Amino acid sequence: MHDLAAITALGGSEPRVDTVADVTCAEVPGVALASVAARSGQEAKAQKALAKLIGVKTPDIGRFAGDPVSAFWTGPDQWMVEAPFDSHEGLAQQVKDAIGDAASVTEQTDAWTRFDLNGGRVLAVLELLCPLDVRKMAEGDAARAAIHHLGCFVLCRSPGSFSVYGPRSSAGSLHHAIVTAMKSTL
Amino acid sequence: MIIPHPLLGPRDSSEFVYLGDASLIDRPDWQAEDAAEAFHEYAYLRDNPAGEHRELWYHEGGDRSWLVVTRNTMTHEISKVELARDVARAQGRSK
Repeated sequence: MHDLAAITALGGSEPRVDTVADVTCAEVPGVALASVAARSGQEAKAQKALAKLIGVKTPDIGRFAGDPVSAFWTGPDQWMVEAPFDSHEGLAQQVKDAIGDAASVTEQTDAWTRFDLNGGRVLAVLELLCPLDVRKMAEGDAARAAIHHLGCFVLCRSPGSFSVYGPRSSAGSLHHAIVTAMKSTL
Repeated sequence: MIIPHPLLGPRDSSEFVYLGDASLIDRPDWQAEDAAEAFHEYAYLRDNPAGEHRELWYHEGGDRSWLVVTRNTMTHEISKVELARDVARAQGRSK
């Protein structure tokens, strides 16, 4: 048995946390992800199976829903499913078993890295980072946007609390962009 | 320029990538008798209207959908935006 040390997307043994003034940017490594793309003509079937998996109605355009397994809308008839890694390490297989041939499911766990942004003036930071109208985003909203030329997902967990998913291979660049924006704004 | 995305609402054109004339959807049948001529027209011949123009835009900085945007090339006024897949399906393609 190999004895390998697990590292986070930024290369540390512990998730990185940066605080500037009242805003915190925290690396969140413990997430399992799988993407779901409904197959042509089977959109309704895929939606129904996904709703059963997450326990609530399949999220509409620009929304996310579900707990502990949740899904957010990524495009027409496409969603990303997220769940805690510790309890759902084999998430892609679980999603595939639930949805069957109605959709194509792809393992995404190590393709993305997540940063959670919290704090009173988090909107000012996000405004500098991405073209989204973040002040109009409500709890449960999810959107894709370019941050620092990287295709990222921005999820509004609650007012003042956001999650940003970016490509894991560019975690360092994304982290640099976020912390730079925090330092410039706050 | 603001593009009114049919699903996501008004979005800045900087989030999009421009591809070209919407007639690119109408890819000719490669097995047809006149395929060589049809593909020459498809690949090289374009109208360049001063006025209304239907064109393909890709929402790269957003939901990655392809759109058919009807835009006036003189005023940049956008009169219609559709999902390209809906346009293609309405023409009996992408089934």
